[in-house]
Amino acid sequence: MDEGLRNELSKQGVFTTKLTDLYNWGRKNSVWPLQFGLACCAIEMIAASMARYDLARFGAEVFRPSPRQADLMIVAGTVTKKMAPQVVRLYNQMPEPKYVIAMGACAISGGPFKQGYNVLKGVDRFIPVDIHIPGCPPRPEALIHAFMLLQQKIAAQTFTGAGRPRFLDPAGPSEFPVPEFGAHDLVPPNNPAIWRAPKVQRAES
Amino acid sequence: METLEQIQARLTAEFPAARLERVANESAAGQPSLVVDHAHGQAIARWLRDDPALRLDYCSNVTGVDWLPLETSTKTRVKKVVDGVEKEVEETVKSVRPGYLEAVYHLYSMSLRHGPVILRLRTADRAVGAPVPSLTPVWRGAEFQEREIYDLFGIVFEGHPDLRRLLMWEGYQDHPMRKDYAEPDDYEYEPTPHDEVLEKAGKHAAAEVRP
Repeated sequence: MDEGLRNELSKQGVFTTKLTDLYNWGRKNSVWPLQFGLACCAIEMIAASMARYDLARFGAEVFRPSPRQADLMIVAGTVTKKMAPQVVRLYNQMPEPKYVIAMGACAISGGPFKQGYNVLKGVDRFIPVDIHIPGCPPRPEALIHAFMLLQQKIAAQTFTGAGRPRFLDPAGPSEFPVPEFGAHDLVPPNNPAIWRAPKVQRAES
Repeated sequence: METLEQIQARLTAEFPAARLERVANESAAGQPSLVVDHAHGQAIARWLRDDPALRLDYCSNVTGVDWLPLETSTKTRVKKVVDGVEKEVEETVKSVRPGYLEAVYHLYSMSLRHGPVILRLRTADRAVGAPVPSLTPVWRGAEFQEREIYDLFGIVFEGHPDLRRLLMWEGYQDHPMRKDYAEPDDYEYEPTPHDEVLEKAGKHAAAEVRP
């Protein structure tokens, strides 16, 4: 339907929409996060859900204690190597469609603890991350901003075609391998199917 | 509270066979500490806890230290006959103090409100699994801290009720706070390297084969 006809109809009190838009509108306004926090970023996440910042305005106030009921994983805090398999396992247990926000410097890269012997250098080495938020910790406004970006991303998703999300693609992975505890490190240390070290471009000095 | 010298004198009277060594502290804190031998470690700890004048009932902190072998050279003037003439010649004598691992206990008294008294337990060498006696039977609060030291330094606490790794997982074989710890080479992506990290990232990049 073209835009002019839609405008004309809406002036007459007839609203038209696409099923995709209606479906995505429902989904993006009821994103339920998984209730878990790994470190101090979780305090900001809690603050974002409380009355002052009020995440409920975005339909995301229902923090679920079970991964089976959650749509969104907010990785709030340092992911230690000892914790990483549990985080991946929780992600695998969430039903599709599911999304991940990596919140704070630690979750996106290891942050100030990056060279620590027990710190994973970014959760995106094992699970696909939709939105990265920098900050140490990010303020609740930053988390809300990430939420709004995620809503935009959900609203733009289509059911068919090449740009369709992973859960509608039969060839897409349904599970991500859980790393094993090795003798010196996690085995494997990252998931090469979703993470490759970006090539660092340096200016010649 | 008594000074450490006085405590040491009383301990020597109480445990004549014990080898005690007072370690001075040159830093601003100036807090001396006492090295206790393995055979009397637990008995001395119990005595410090129960002595009515000390009552060190609270073990506030246990930590580990990895001491590498220390090479010291001292210069001495020796008289020597050189070319038939007696001369004073400087001679350097090198001595190597072997390395060891150390568990350090900070003790306070809650009931008498004084402290700290610092105890040190030293292993014979820097081998992984070198033993020292556990003081957890004396101060229950030392349990997790001794487990942490076992985890990060590889000191085995004999007499500990539940000696397992605390921070790292079962099956992990390294002891990351030791000075000979070799970390896994995961320097494939360092967008803002500096100092040591720059060096390691450079080494990784040199070794890496990119298609």
